[in-house]
Amino acid sequence: MTGHRRRTDGRVPVALLVPSVLGVAVLVLPMVGLLLRAPWRRLPDILSSDAVLTALRLSLTTATAATALSLVCGVPVAWLLARTRMPGRSLLRGVVTVPLVLPPVIGGIALLMVFGRRGVLGGWLDEALGVSLPFTTAGVVLAQAFVAMPFLIVSVEGALRTTDRRYDDVAATLGASAWTTFRRVTLPSVAPGVLAGAVLCWARALGEFGATVTFAGSFPGTTRTLPLQAYVAIGSGDTDTAIVLSLLMIAVSVAVLVAMRRRWVGA
Amino acid sequence: MRDAGARRVGMLVQAIGVAGLLVACGGDAEGASHPDGSPADGSGARISGEVTVLAAASLTEPFETLGERLADRYPDLEVTFSFGPSSGLAEQAAAGAPADVLATANTVTMDTAVQAGVVDGTPRVFARNTLALAVPAGNPGNVTGPADLARDELRVAVCEPRVPCGAAAEALLDRAGVEAAPDTLTTDVKEAVSLVSLGEVDAALVYLTDAAAAGDAVETVDVPRAGAVVNDYPVAVMADAPNPDGAHAVVDAVTGELGRDVLAEAGFLEP
Repeated sequence: MTGHRRRTDGRVPVALLVPSVLGVAVLVLPMVGLLLRAPWRRLPDILSSDAVLTALRLSLTTATAATALSLVCGVPVAWLLARTRMPGRSLLRGVVTVPLVLPPVIGGIALLMVFGRRGVLGGWLDEALGVSLPFTTAGVVLAQAFVAMPFLIVSVEGALRTTDRRYDDVAATLGASAWTTFRRVTLPSVAPGVLAGAVLCWARALGEFGATVTFAGSFPGTTRTLPLQAYVAIGSGDTDTAIVLSLLMIAVSVAVLVAMRRRWVGA
Repeated sequence: MRDAGARRVGMLVQAIGVAGLLVACGGDAEGASHPDGSPADGSGARISGEVTVLAAASLTEPFETLGERLADRYPDLEVTFSFGPSSGLAEQAAAGAPADVLATANTVTMDTAVQAGVVDGTPRVFARNTLALAVPAGNPGNVTGPADLARDELRVAVCEPRVPCGAAAEALLDRAGVEAAPDTLTTDVKEAVSLVSLGEVDAALVYLTDAAAAGDAVETVDVPRAGAVVNDYPVAVMADAPNPDGAHAVVDAVTGELGRDVLAEAGFLEP
């Protein structure tokens, strides 16, 4: 990127300036609007209300659980995609990244068709093991993992592709097993990528709405996470609570971006 | 390594962008329908343009039919419906949504819009509705009455207490002295009905009309004295309606003979 830099005398063509100002306005104005409409005086009361605290607690635990699940399952998937010559790899890559572009509601419907009571697996799970995921906190975690895991996979795969494989080869020639090599050499070398992926995954899980409400429903303390609580608030005419919840989510998003700032500055 | 690092950051930026998109697309739960505007005899040709109607989710079927009939009556009029929870619609209206007509599933939600001063004149009640206990075909949970909603092993859906069907459900359960144990609180009545027709819940308290509109996948269980809890459906023209003539034509149709017929067909009670 730095190699192609030429002098442009700092002059920005109007044809680029105007649309970029509009673009920034589209991105920034909604947040400014929230700040302007925020019920600052009621903010402490709303933030400390039972409904908000319950939703916050649920959101933090489910997003963390979904991230843990994504790490356990997603890092190996990323490794398969980046480091093996397994047939059908590009198909696999396509399949696992589909949720990135899929409307989350569709994900929720799909999950319901599989894990719902009359679903392909859900019926069997219910009868054989007495396990039923819809309308449970575990269902929320599954919905969030469905939507958020691809972020982790993409991030970790990118990191694996850009690190030097020769360290792995050296470890192997020194007699390390494939598993030991993965644990002791590969994983530490991509740790920053894994961390970045986990942070993105967590943020995405925290913001998940569509798949959750469709698959897991909405009940305080069990399945009603922050975004669902915000939707219920605006749907039932409680704009103040909706705004406060929105600000809370924005604060978390900003915190995530700040946490990842170091990776941005390099660009 | 420098180039590789830059690419990695680029991917992350892209991924964040996608994340934002997904978040933005997540909450769209609006339904809209466009009547086909088929040609007709040309009476009332002066009524034209677009009319946007914000209507309670429970009015979906009768209002869509009404829209088709209106297209026959006013060929130049294009009526667009936005169905959703009444409380949310009233809030949208109060916030200045560019709509022409507001129809809610109870008077409490309409009052929000009236108090905000966004309604023209006094809302008119055009229909009434009662609740029913909806169960999936075959009644897998052996639900026999509202008391079963307290059974822990059953999956139960009830509307959010602040939306009209939830307020009505609360009133009905109070009267029956039942402490219900719902597993999910839906934001509108249609969501509860689809959970029943999917078999994901064993029972849900919904409007009689919605249970009827759901077809064979849904059965109803008798609720003793369900008639004691009645929702009045008011309709009003918005004060800042972009198309006041069209709005009045729609409200007249809703409150007139056409509306009465269509609503009665769907199982609504007369006001």
